Amino acid sequence: MSNDRPPQRARRGAPVRRPHHGRTLGVLLLVAALLFGAVGAGSIWSDARWAPGLALDLEGGTQVLLTPRPTAGGGEVTEDQLQQARNIIEQRVNGTGINESEVSIQGGENIVVSIPGEATRAQLDLISQSSQLSMRVVLVAAEGAPAPAGDPAAEDPAAGDPAAEPADPAAEPAEPTDPAAEPADPAAQPTDEAEGAAAPAALRRDTAPEPAAEPTGAPAPAAPEASPAPPTLADVATPRPTPGPGQPTDSPATPPADASDQAWLTEDVGRLFTELDCSDPANLAGGTGGAEDPALPLVTCSQDGSVKYVLGPAEIQGTQLTGSSARQAVNQQGQPTGGWAVDLQFNSEGGDAFEALTARISQLEPPRDQFAAVLDGLVVTAPSVSGTIPGGRAEITGNFTQESADALAQQLRFGALPLSFDVQSEEQLSATLGSEQLRNGIIAGLVGLALVVAYFLIQYRALGLVTVTALVVAALLNWGVILLLSWLQGFRLSLAGVAGLIIAIGTTADSFIIFFERVRDEIREGRVLASAVEAGWRRARRTILISNAVTFISAVVLYVLAVGNVRGFAYTLGITTVIDLVVVALFTHPVVALLARTRFFGGGHKWSGFDPEHLGSVVARSAWRHGQVRKTVAQLRAEEREKARAGAGGGGDPGGGSADDGTAGPDGPAASERGNA
Amino acid sequence: MGMAQLGNQLYTGERSFDFVGRRKRSYLISGAVFLLSLVLLVVPGLTFGIEFEGGSEFRVSGGAAAGELVAEDAVQEVVPGTAPQVTTVGQGDVRVQTVELDTAQLDEVRASLAEAYDVPVSDVTSTSIGPSWGANVTRQALTALVVFFAIVTLVMAVYFRALAMAGAAMLALVHDLVISAGIYALVGFEVTPATVIGFLTILGYSLYDTVVVFDKARENTDAAFRDRDRTFAEAANLAINQTVVRSINTTVVAILPVAAILFIGDFLLGAGTLRDISLALFVGTIVGAASSVFIATPLLVDLRRRERGVRALDAAVAERRAAAPEPVGAGPAGGAAGTGGAGGPA
Repeated sequence: MSNDRPPQRARRGAPVRRPHHGRTLGVLLLVAALLFGAVGAGSIWSDARWAPGLALDLEGGTQVLLTPRPTAGGGEVTEDQLQQARNIIEQRVNGTGINESEVSIQGGENIVVSIPGEATRAQLDLISQSSQLSMRVVLVAAEGAPAPAGDPAAEDPAAGDPAAEPADPAAEPAEPTDPAAEPADPAAQPTDEAEGAAAPAALRRDTAPEPAAEPTGAPAPAAPEASPAPPTLADVATPRPTPGPGQPTDSPATPPADASDQAWLTEDVGRLFTELDCSDPANLAGGTGGAEDPALPLVTCSQDGSVKYVLGPAEIQGTQLTGSSARQAVNQQGQPTGGWAVDLQFNSEGGDAFEALTARISQLEPPRDQFAAVLDGLVVTAPSVSGTIPGGRAEITGNFTQESADALAQQLRFGALPLSFDVQSEEQLSATLGSEQLRNGIIAGLVGLALVVAYFLIQYRALGLVTVTALVVAALLNWGVILLLSWLQGFRLSLAGVAGLIIAIGTTADSFIIFFERVRDEIREGRVLASAVEAGWRRARRTILISNAVTFISAVVLYVLAVGNVRGFAYTLGITTVIDLVVVALFTHPVVALLARTRFFGGGHKWSGFDPEHLGSVVARSAWRHGQVRKTVAQLRAEEREKARAGAGGGGDPGGGSADDGTAGPDGPAASERGNA
Repeated sequence: MGMAQLGNQLYTGERSFDFVGRRKRSYLISGAVFLLSLVLLVVPGLTFGIEFEGGSEFRVSGGAAAGELVAEDAVQEVVPGTAPQVTTVGQGDVRVQTVELDTAQLDEVRASLAEAYDVPVSDVTSTSIGPSWGANVTRQALTALVVFFAIVTLVMAVYFRALAMAGAAMLALVHDLVISAGIYALVGFEVTPATVIGFLTILGYSLYDTVVVFDKARENTDAAFRDRDRTFAEAANLAINQTVVRSINTTVVAILPVAAILFIGDFLLGAGTLRDISLALFVGTIVGAASSVFIATPLLVDLRRRERGVRALDAAVAERRAAAPEPVGAGPAGGAAGTGGAGGPA
């Protein structure tokens, strides 16, 4: 770089390296260009925007905080299950037709559902329902989207003739549950969910939620489009516009022999099946998990809505499934086939029930040779069975990739533990209040910025202007990063996040102070500015690094263990800390170093903030002018000490050195020193 | 001007405040404040918000003009027999706090308040917090605190390569935290999750100043061990003096935006996230800066006083001074920054 400056005197033999400051600034420019280029490209070809997404406390909306708990007994919810719970809730939320809602895990045990705009009570209730896995046999299957070709009920010989229904409980086939008491009093139906409980048909439970009463109902996605106004509470009372998954309200004409018996296909089942449209997202919301009656058949969709099913009563409960894992499929010789499979393990009860189930349905024609794993009211998978599977272990094969096998295994594992969701908090946030808060937050930020700038100008004079520029650069970078994260990570700026950004003005400026003060120290030690900047930077760098590291650690700890709105704050605190480092290293330092070569700063102008005289250094401005370096305070002091020692402790003014007359000879390298006064 | 000049004099030692020498007084004062804070934490104690206690809260934007009585009636209409707490906050918002309501009541009260104040329902914010949530929040906050302390102690110990420094910094941190909490109790602001954020962030900021002073202290004491020209306590004290100006500057600069948020959060918005975060930070930053000067560094001196090396240094310096009486404080900059002294201008 430029060598037209007076040669610098390296002290202590360490040559002052001349870093490539221009290049450093170029790096910063590149970083900024990449950042904004990415956002710009994203806004053209993707859905990036030039304004960050706002969190609910600024935008208004509904936020529900749920904690999943095992329904029965103790036990901890594992991270795996938490993730699955999140997915289930996400499916429910999306199914209710709420756009842009967000479901996230916070603090390692909570699920936060954020819904912009108003949500109805029915939607909120649906979200927090418990979930459960069961296995049922498939009675009828059809494509999910179009109306079914035929009425399945019509195929049922019994359904057509209600009069044929024998009321005789004795005709009831023996079932694992004790049917003896049941026929006499339908209300006395045992509530325990014994496996294989194809409960007597006559015993439909009147209290079981009926399709019409089910909260899945909320408005179908088409409804909000028709009326832009958000649905109000009144909507809850209105019946669902499209019929969804459900259970029949009538009883089979003939008591079914077993869970696979066609007698389950009553008129009502037929009606439900005919009307069910699985292409309607509202019907894929699930959330019937805790409510569906295991003793009744179920009419529902597959999770992706591609197939709709009539399923028999639940025969195996999630609690009877002890494990499920993905592994590479092998053929009969034990050679890997390249495909993937999902292993299932049952406990002894579950194993027996599964053996009975497979023995029965393997004899039937498709699709009745399939059994379905139903999670949260929807069919996760429905494999067909070709033979009896004893021993409590089974393997599901198919067109699995490692990913899809893992996903299925996870879902089944999750379902093994029935979960309920405690609503920890529920907030309906007003958009009016939010925008008021945002406006005032911005005002606070501007006031804070103005105060900081004013203080800098007073304390550091022209150097204060560097600070202002650096703060602007930091602000731009912050903005860019927030836009980027808003786009890629779905980051939403909350009020706490805004507070973090405002507070960051102070911490960013603090790094500059540490740097500037270090440079001043070096000037006091007698260095000329250019070398003082480098020496000061080397020393300040460490301090800035460690103090930013500490702040960053607190941000990470806050983020990981976040509660409530702490997260937004931790997020911005972390971002700004990193950007602070970037700016001080890639902007403030090189800019100050480059400015140090100018006459104004390097010459130690009174208003530069680095006026050596002002700072008590002996390196007077004339040194710059004449290319001479004078003795430093330290050297003079050392000399003085020598003198004092020689002169038997006569030592003069102990302070900043003796006050000499301040005039330097025109070009003499005289060791004159200016006083501090 | 003033600051830079003061900075010079403090740097060279021309002017020097004996922070370390007068540490007994610092300990006494801060000990008293610490105890007082502990008392304040019991009486009157912290006021916990509904996030910790459980309950329901409503906020009606721009409802203050109609008065607070309206809100009481509106709530009692839905839930007879409750005594809601109604306050005016910020610029004309009304805040209503009740016991925890069930979801149906929550919706009804919200609608009823909107009707009573003649605002759209969407202008009424409602929050309902279950009783177990508070315990949850508290546990999380304490976990965060413990994890943070553990990590930072480790980082400090590694960075300074001295347990005494990490120990002194952590003691000062506890001191800051308790005093900030005491002042929070005194002011009587509600403790909300936002307050917890504030407190946990104090930890970071309080350490910031301590790190700056300790960095300089390490430099000075290293030089003292080498040059044997001043005692450990003197070297540490010089470090405080040399960094006090930047401590003041960084604190002022850090506090200005916080003060802006506090002022606007309190006067324009009333209770809320901004106010809760900023009060905790405002107090914590000031206490943190003061403690790094008056508590952390003197503690460091006391913690290391009995070390063999430090005792040897102090003895050597005393011996040297006895042999060649030198005006105390003369030329303290020599070797202070590890750069002074030797090396000629060629």
